[in-house]
Amino acid sequence: MQATPLTEVLKEHPFLEGFKPEHIQKMAELALEVQFGRDQIIFREGQESGLFFLILSGRIALEVSAPGRILRVQTLGPGEELGWSSVLGEGGKHFQARSLETVRALAFEGSRLRQACDQDPSFGYALMRRLLKVVAERLQATRMQLLDVYAPRAAKLI
Amino acid sequence: MSSVTSDVMRPVRARVVSVVKETRDTFTLAVTPADGESWEAFQPGQFNMLYVFGVGELPISISGDPEERERLVYTVRSVGQATHALVSRRPGETIGVRGPFGAGWPLGAARGKDVLVVAGGIGLAPLRPLIYHVLRYRDDYVRLLVLYGARSPGDLLYRKQLAEWSRAPDTQVLVTVDYGGLSWRGHVGVVTTLLRHVRLHVGRTVAYICGPEVMMRYVIRLLEARGLAPTDIYLSMERNMKCGAGFCGHCQLGPYFVCKDGPVFSYQQMRPWLDRYEV
Repeated sequence: MQATPLTEVLKEHPFLEGFKPEHIQKMAELALEVQFGRDQIIFREGQESGLFFLILSGRIALEVSAPGRILRVQTLGPGEELGWSSVLGEGGKHFQARSLETVRALAFEGSRLRQACDQDPSFGYALMRRLLKVVAERLQATRMQLLDVYAPRAAKLI
Repeated sequence: MSSVTSDVMRPVRARVVSVVKETRDTFTLAVTPADGESWEAFQPGQFNMLYVFGVGELPISISGDPEERERLVYTVRSVGQATHALVSRRPGETIGVRGPFGAGWPLGAARGKDVLVVAGGIGLAPLRPLIYHVLRYRDDYVRLLVLYGARSPGDLLYRKQLAEWSRAPDTQVLVTVDYGGLSWRGHVGVVTTLLRHVRLHVGRTVAYICGPEVMMRYVIRLLEARGLAPTDIYLSMERNMKCGAGFCGHCQLGPYFVCKDGPVFSYQQMRPWLDRYEV
């Protein structure tokens, strides 16, 4: 099968490193190129957004609203992923996503990705492994954030 | 003229030249010899014992330029009685200085290689002399990568210098905060997340890490996963240092006295002792 520019872009993305050519092709068939301007809300907290993104350029902030303020808890950049929960298809977004600068990304409908996983378990396994890695990294980073390691005195457990 | 190190237990009087507020609770203090004494040259990563007369003595890493002989510079976080007393000194007042003590960053290990600096919070202070050195002797090293994390934008040290360093040739400076407000447009996330944004050449990169011990452990895990050898990873340890010369044993960590054998160790040396709740 002839490689299209989109497959070349996908091959370069760290999320798909080591993906089989046919799986890259499958992703390319499902991908939609999108662009967001600076300070654009990509999705809001609680919103039922079904899109999963692979970021190509620009940075995105994940924010959470607290009474009287908005807290920025993470930023994502080129080579990273946004909206992994869309692939699970359960519930609304936990954070608000805002572009900090012009962002180029590839968007995927979560429902179509799930469908592709059901149809081709080998593709599904490869995709879920990568998603699990993303989730594990985010969990680890969140744990470290919760430890508040820069606090003047670390709280003792006992 | 006598040297500061002529007697390791005798503090030399030093006059405070300036105290600059870096963040809400962190200050940079510069001192100069009060009695015409000379400073012993220090190695990046070494520390002095600073004595606030009548209050107490503290081990503080030197954060200034190693080639600046007229003054010694320290960045101190005010978290207790003695540190508060230290940063409350006014220009012209005196403190006692002992040292410099300990083993500093082994700069030779990175000659001809990339230098990766990973700092968390006030951990950037002991690494700043190393950065000064690398920038001064730029041809001796390949790339300089500085990854720095702090709790919030207001807790970042040396913000102007970080911007200056980022403009130096073959230098990449990435800064992140654990939590940011809407006015902060930089990275948000723990310092380990910055490692995703740098290319590491295994076998040609030496890492120097300083920050809270938990942070250093996470950073080391990721560096090992990326293929860095334990002998190419150096870290600065913090323990309850009292005498500074390995006499009292307060800072013993396994077979090492942190004040004398450290505070800088290779990960190869520290690996058995890092994950332990108590030794």
